[in-house]
Amino acid sequence: MVTLTDEPITIDPLLAHVSRPSAGGVALFVGVVRDQAEGRAVTLLEYEAYRPMALAEMERIVGELRTDDVTLAVAHRIGALRVGDTAVICAASAPHREEAFAACRRLIDEIKARVPIWKREHGPEGAYWVGWRDARCAHEHHS
Amino acid sequence: MSVRLLAFAGARDAIGAAELALSLTEPTTARSLLARLCREHPALAPYESSIRLAVNGTYAAWEDPIHDGDEVALIPPVAGG
Repeated sequence: MVTLTDEPITIDPLLAHVSRPSAGGVALFVGVVRDQAEGRAVTLLEYEAYRPMALAEMERIVGELRTDDVTLAVAHRIGALRVGDTAVICAASAPHREEAFAACRRLIDEIKARVPIWKREHGPEGAYWVGWRDARCAHEHHS
Repeated sequence: MSVRLLAFAGARDAIGAAELALSLTEPTTARSLLARLCREHPALAPYESSIRLAVNGTYAAWEDPIHDGDEVALIPPVAGG
């Protein structure tokens, strides 16, 4: 189950999706907008996605990590989010907690590494795309 | 031959457009297309080594050929979650 939406997201549909009689462990990761980043105050995070590819990439990740025993679900919200809003939820179920924790961890790690979603931080010092300044070639630094 | 170029986040700001129609007059790979864009849009050039290309919704390998009608996207470092 993969969801990309402008609306608030909640854990209940994901928990329902991964629930199995054979699954004794369900791990959940909830990513929430925090009030600071690297010491800077954050008031708003503006998420945008390359929607069709983001959905396809999330489907590919779930397909890669899913097994007969492990069931996964993920929901990501885009648009303007404020401090405390939920940006992403990952759920993984498995017969035992070790596999559930491991699968949930892999799921959020792969999503953060691969899914074409970006966020612009807004704070007292202005707005900028997270990760973009660091993406400048090291040889090009002048300041 | 022409392709539709999409640019997101910082890459969109650097080229000043979310979408461009590009004409290609010679065989083009993902790598040579990004190199051309960095020549045409100097603000993009410092980020060349950090940007990935997606073709028709899938990450491309650098040697992948670009075909007429492809949808090519500039993917700056992603920041979901």
